[in-house]
Amino acid sequence: MLMIASLLCGLVFGAGLLISGMVQPTKVLAFLDIFGAWDPSLAVVMIAALAVSIPGFMLAKRRNRPLLAAKSLWPTETHIDQPLIIGAVLFGIGWGLVGLCPGPALENLATLSPGIIVFVAAMAGGMLLQNIWRRSRPIEQREAEMANVADG
Amino acid sequence: MANFTPVSAAIGGGLIGLSAVLLMLLTGRIAGVSGIFGNLLVSRSGDKGGSIAFIAGLILAPLIAGWMDYEMPLPEMPASWGLIIAAGLLVGFGTRLGHGCTSGHGICGVARLSVRSIAATVIFMIAAIATVAVSRHVFGG
Repeated sequence: MLMIASLLCGLVFGAGLLISGMVQPTKVLAFLDIFGAWDPSLAVVMIAALAVSIPGFMLAKRRNRPLLAAKSLWPTETHIDQPLIIGAVLFGIGWGLVGLCPGPALENLATLSPGIIVFVAAMAGGMLLQNIWRRSRPIEQREAEMANVADG
Repeated sequence: MANFTPVSAAIGGGLIGLSAVLLMLLTGRIAGVSGIFGNLLVSRSGDKGGSIAFIAGLILAPLIAGWMDYEMPLPEMPASWGLIIAAGLLVGFGTRLGHGCTSGHGICGVARLSVRSIAATVIFMIAAIATVAVSRHVFGG
């Protein structure tokens, strides 16, 4: 059941990215290009997503546990630390260079476009590099950072 | 604003929000694509089946839409392989270091009213806008 629920959520998420046009990197870049021919569509996507998810998450928070799993993985970390800030800056630069973030990048694998395959391979490489770097660091720092691994 | 598509953006955004809420209500997980994909790559434990199923759904969505005559546009990518690889590395490394991306922080985190996620979202938005501004209006044509 958990697998079917996850598959359905992935399908709905993919449908949302597809219908909103956010699978097209140039559409995302047109939103980020506030000094050019600005396309505010992505802002509407965010507002509509939040209009549904803010009340939905309030409901989810009130329930003790999810319907199909033993426990909720609701993130508990609250403070703004250095990895969060540096990570967000690096991600933002990469996102701005091509217009792809992880969701649309993976969904675009369906097109078998060579550029997408290379991007996703590089993205996986970046994630593995981050893991190698993290494991090379002193254990106490690593454990402090592990606490918030379930953010997003 | 010639390309502004508010109606499809609102419908698509609503579906993305719905997916995030359903995933939390049903499985207790955050619909953060970098977290789901990253944990699949690096974590030895955890719910791999659910992660694979979610990503499979993401990739199957445009194929199913294609059978219903809703064609997905081919992605327009830069010509430079070096640029594509650099961007991919930055997105992969950055989302893992910052514990989330547009979905995990930008939608789920902001919807949870998490100050941490709101900060991350503001920072990656500014970094991305600055990157586009520099690449298109300072160096580009």
